[in-house]
Amino acid sequence: MKVLRTPRMERCIGCHSCSLACARLVHHRLSWHTAGLRIASSGGLSTDFEARPCLACDPAPCADACPTGAYRRRRGGGVVVKKALCIRCGSCAQACPVDAIYLDERGEPFVCIHCGRCVPFCPHECLEMVEIGEESP
Amino acid sequence: MIRDHFRVLVVDLETGRGSLASVPGRDDVAGGSGLAALLFRRYGFPDRPWDDPAQPVIFAIGPLTGYFPLMSKTVCGFMSPYHGQYAESHAGGRSALALRFADLDALVIAGRAPTLSCLVVGARSLRVRDVAFMRGMDVLASGKLLRRMFPGSGHRSILRIGPAGERGAATACINVETYRHFGRLGCGGALGAKNLKAVVILGDGDFSLPEGKAYPALFREVHEQLTATDMMSKYHNIGTPVNVTVLNELSALPCRNLQRTREEHIGGIAGERFARDTLLRNRACAGCPVGCIHIGFVREMFQQENQWVYRQVAYDHEPIFATGSMLGVGDAFQVLGILDAVERVGLDVISAGVGLAWATEATEKGLISESETIVPLRFGDAAAYRQAVEHLGRGSNEFYRLLSDGTAKAAKAYGGERFACVLGQEMAGYATGETFFVSQALGFRHSHLDSAGYAYDQKDVEKDARRAADFLVEEERTRVLLTSMVACLFARGVYTGPVLARCLDSLGYGTLAARLPDLARDVQALRWSLRAATGFDPDTVEIPKRFTEVRTWRGKVDEAYLGELRREYTARIRALMTRPA
Repeated sequence: MKVLRTPRMERCIGCHSCSLACARLVHHRLSWHTAGLRIASSGGLSTDFEARPCLACDPAPCADACPTGAYRRRRGGGVVVKKALCIRCGSCAQACPVDAIYLDERGEPFVCIHCGRCVPFCPHECLEMVEIGEESP
Repeated sequence: MIRDHFRVLVVDLETGRGSLASVPGRDDVAGGSGLAALLFRRYGFPDRPWDDPAQPVIFAIGPLTGYFPLMSKTVCGFMSPYHGQYAESHAGGRSALALRFADLDALVIAGRAPTLSCLVVGARSLRVRDVAFMRGMDVLASGKLLRRMFPGSGHRSILRIGPAGERGAATACINVETYRHFGRLGCGGALGAKNLKAVVILGDGDFSLPEGKAYPALFREVHEQLTATDMMSKYHNIGTPVNVTVLNELSALPCRNLQRTREEHIGGIAGERFARDTLLRNRACAGCPVGCIHIGFVREMFQQENQWVYRQVAYDHEPIFATGSMLGVGDAFQVLGILDAVERVGLDVISAGVGLAWATEATEKGLISESETIVPLRFGDAAAYRQAVEHLGRGSNEFYRLLSDGTAKAAKAYGGERFACVLGQEMAGYATGETFFVSQALGFRHSHLDSAGYAYDQKDVEKDARRAADFLVEEERTRVLLTSMVACLFARGVYTGPVLARCLDSLGYGTLAARLPDLARDVQALRWSLRAATGFDPDTVEIPKRFTEVRTWRGKVDEAYLGELRREYTARIRALMTRPA
């Protein structure tokens, strides 16, 4: 089981290709918000960019907080999401300790599902998929 | 959002209120350059001066913005303080995607705010906020404050002007995200005349995509073409500064106010030197994986005992030519120091550098002295130029105020028109020969990007004026299609007509896709009709003597050929200006 990691964000040039790819391919949206991974500049363009990825907590507090079973723990960490069961209560986002879940204006949550479809769109290999337990220290 | 019309927010700064307009014409003008011209025809006043409060400043994106890679630029349409006519300036950064996600095809800003103000727009926002406390604040300090005042890191665009723009200088730029600019023809002054210090665009909306696999598959194909080949290597590797050495070796680099086209020792400001010793990192416009923005650094010891400050400064070929070779400055760090000063006051860097080059030669010839320039100007004296830039941006005296409205205006008052390097506006960094000189002097934006005359010079050896003029018109037509989408011109090798048509088709713009060749002709004519309506007369454009005195790689400039080419190109422009759009 693999998870998405962002080990080389110091290489990020701020193109948003990863967020746009996630929104396009996973959520069928044109967006840099409604994506599992979002990029922000930390203090303007004269400093670095930062990603806000799901860290694949195990157990995942967002899954534990979900009252309807829309979020379930994923084997190895992170969550499996069933949007049809979601009542837009926002409990998942409140429970996330690293602000990795985005709620759109309708309250719909967006979180990384660790599918890796964003990875090939990064021009500088900032992102990678790694086997759980085989991550670099 | 994909729609058959344009969704345009029209803001009146006087009242602080706006309205959404549904403007037809998607299949007629596409967006970008075409949309800006269409909106100027609707909201502009060709017979009024540039600083009439009713004149609009327009920011427009295109049908492919955000949907495909490198569709990442915004077109600004405005009445230019430089020549008092309709003008366009283009910029990267995040403004294009921010407008897309604010669900706006264009933003039209009219009126004059009662106090210095900041306009904030987004998918769910419209505010005009008093920022009188920012009066005189430089571009970098303004950026820091605006970021704090209007949260949205990474998904917001901040456009702002410096002191030069605030006082309406005709060479003031609009800074975008610190490292990009709507640079030329004084759009910064146009914002200043509206009492508008900044525009913050919050990209806080999102949209459904077309059903099916066609769009994501085509995206992947285009993305691979743009990233998997070495097509973009020259832009993200050394970047455009690679041209410095190339042009110098060709004897086509404007040096020391175009008194020559080659320096014996250019290594100190060669692109390779910038990359090796000054480059901190690359940055990208939102939606572009190329990352062509090169950021170097300057550092200064502000106190004894090794107390340093450092600042980051973007560089490219044009800024290096304008503040390096043109001013006889031969060291990369000194160039970055001058660029830093230009950024702060918010001037167009080409105009600033070329203007100071003229001032330096005018000083050498005794036409002006320190009573005008305040600091003594000598080719190569970077420290003096940094001070002069501050005077130029802030308009410290009558001389600098005039020079910041354009070199030709200063030369008219003080003499030295013969060696003012002005081709419609201050020349770009290519002394390649007759075709470039004519193309910038008469071109729609007076920009090297209008029609690539500099590239034609390097291919053409036959001196066939008719063929050269045909090339300029055809190249402009190709480019106006790209700037109506709005693509970065670096991607022109990938976004051919057929590829653009496929992209549009995949999004559901079938009708638009089918009429691209006609559309390019229409938009080209529409833009020229606005130049005509606002007073452009190609016969009144001066090509100063310096351009026929200088020797380029082709030898001495051929005055007869230049005149013949000018006549040919003028005839074609006149035909465009009168063609029904």
